[in-house]
Amino acid sequence: MSARTLYDKVWDAHAIADLGGGEWLLYIDRHFLYEVTSPQAFEGLRAAGRKVRRPDLTLAVADHNVPTENRGGGLAAIRDSDSRTQVATLERNAAEFGLPYAALTSARHGIVHVIGPEQGLTLPGATIVCGDSHTSTHGAFGALAFGIGTSEAEHVLATQTLIQKRSKTMLIRIDGELGLGVSAKDIILHIIGVIGAGGGNGHVIEYAGSAIDALDMAGRMTICNMSIEAGARAGMIAPDEKAFAWLEGRPCAPRGSAFDRAKAHWRELRSDAGAVYDRVVEIDAAQIAPMVTWGTSPEAVTTISGVTPDPEAESDPARRARVASMLRYMGLAPGQPLSGLPVDVVFIGSCTNSRIEDLRAAAAVAKGRRVAEKVRALVVPGSAAVKAQGEQEGLDLVFRDAGFEWRDAGCSMCLGLNPDRLAPGERCASTSNRNFEGRQGPGGRTHLVSPAMAAAAAIAGRLVDVRSFLA
Amino acid sequence: MTPFTQLRAIAAPIPLANVDTDMLAPAAFLKTVSRQGLGRALFHAARFNASGAERPEFPLNREPWRHARILVSLENFGCGSSREHAPWALLDFGIRCVIAVSFADIFYSNCCKNGILPIALERQVVDQLLVDAADAKTAELAIDLQQQTITRSNGEIVPFVIDSQRRARLLSGADDISETLAHSAAIASYEERVRADTPWLATTPLLAWRDA
Ligand code: SF4
Repeated sequence: MSARTLYDKVWDAHAIADLGGGEWLLYIDRHFLYEVTSPQAFEGLRAAGRKVRRPDLTLAVADHNVPTENRGGGLAAIRDSDSRTQVATLERNAAEFGLPYAALTSARHGIVHVIGPEQGLTLPGATIVCGDSHTSTHGAFGALAFGIGTSEAEHVLATQTLIQKRSKTMLIRIDGELGLGVSAKDIILHIIGVIGAGGGNGHVIEYAGSAIDALDMAGRMTICNMSIEAGARAGMIAPDEKAFAWLEGRPCAPRGSAFDRAKAHWRELRSDAGAVYDRVVEIDAAQIAPMVTWGTSPEAVTTISGVTPDPEAESDPARRARVASMLRYMGLAPGQPLSGLPVDVVFIGSCTNSRIEDLRAAAAVAKGRRVAEKVRALVVPGSAAVKAQGEQEGLDLVFRDAGFEWRDAGCSMCLGLNPDRLAPGERCASTSNRNFEGRQGPGGRTHLVSPAMAAAAAIAGRLVDVRSFLA
Repeated sequence: MTPFTQLRAIAAPIPLANVDTDMLAPAAFLKTVSRQGLGRALFHAARFNASGAERPEFPLNREPWRHARILVSLENFGCGSSREHAPWALLDFGIRCVIAVSFADIFYSNCCKNGILPIALERQVVDQLLVDAADAKTAELAIDLQQQTITRSNGEIVPFVIDSQRRARLLSGADDISETLAHSAAIASYEERVRADTPWLATTPLLAWRDA
């Protein structure tokens, strides 16, 4: 057999029927559901009198709509009635169709892309889907994981399969050593800046190279998480001993000799020498600086020492108009330096950057310092387990002493579906993944940054180079 | 799903790249548990001002484009989230076809599942159609999925490509799930094989959870 990529291997192992015209029936090993994109899928099942084929491979959790305070109050503590209805609908659907459900007050609760790996549901070589584009996160373990629509979610519920075409493949190699204060978030923002918000369209990206090998699993998840912001269907990283060690002992991972058998299999999950990709991009890690977005697309990004672009320098009229409208929305002038820009809010959280490693990186900057006056700073752990771990390590105290709020797990200010949101015109340094207009609340202005950069912005009260805190 | 065969309708110009799903269906509209009624969500921030009144400058608020059933736009249309609320909002407004230079993958497939025809064309051709759409006199386009053609108001025919499977499903309005259920035996035998070869994928202890 000819040399295959990691993607080819996982695809081949799951493609069960050729439907013609390049379409295949792909078997799905794990299906995650949450309250926003699932109600209509269940409605469809009910209307057709269909059952869920494999409840044991399915997990439901409410994360987008949930307030991040007073979690103990459960469903009743959700004040917004539409949000409460959505969460209640998920609970009811899970009960009606016999699906596992991570309740709001459960120790297993959290953002779906944080708890999947945490519970050991995410495994190398698995196919994983969820009605959420950041499902790409799970590819950090060598899974093929991608976001689907609600109709597709209904299809998976009913058949445990999806109709799919094989994607093109892109290899992004990042070799070399990251500089001080530069993190996985900066790598992926840099990549999106290089290939563009649509650069990955039609592709599954495999990340490789010594800089990826050197990352911990949280960093790898951050990178795969934002593959979709480059338009890619999925991001994948070949699993290594670090990934296996991370998974061992997780509640739903295999145990004992079963784990050893799995591990032997997982070691084969890497691209063969000579495997051919449709596109290869090479990046020198040493060239990457702390990044910050200036516009309303993740590709509108530069380094913290950079300045905003000048629309007049764009030759294409559509691009010129777009740059001008982004600057207008963001309240920025052409050629304006990003460093020094005052922020109103700092958000440390989301499925991109809310794992314990992210919180540690932010805490290292916050420790012994104070959040600037008038800045509202939130730390929102990605799961109840991350929150508990943080408290065990005393991170909650570090943050609280510095003037950050320490919240319960959820999507929080990543998107304006719950009480945590920006007011119109507010400027936010955010560790989330999307800076679209109104994403964090109507009229809100988002600058995407790493956890350490966000913490530094909170302390300084303005966007600032985190390296000046670390020297 | 409603089949898509032919459509003769007004096309509205949206000359932007990276039209994202937050523009098509903002978060505030995601709290619904229904597929219907999302028409007002479509381009909400651009279509309505803070007090909810229409912004007269936005094309979909003007005659004849408020009756548009076709959109013409630029690169990477539908990027961002996987929310099917984006095509539902288009559909509820009346849009059955989006012509763009390129599409985000998930959005493209969500369109096909909802009987919306996504047509990707070269930038040059799209630029021409944007000019057509911007003028009320030439804004009407005729689309024929069987023939894979767009007919401009001057009679010129623009061919387009779509893969055969997707075309067939759009034409018939087929129900994917019932087609897939016809493969139940293949699915069951695959599951059998997974239990033997990669048992760690075959099931989970989740059903033993007692959270709910
Ligand atoms: S944290 Fe943000 S990106 Fe992640 S699942 Fe929640 S809303 Fe989506």
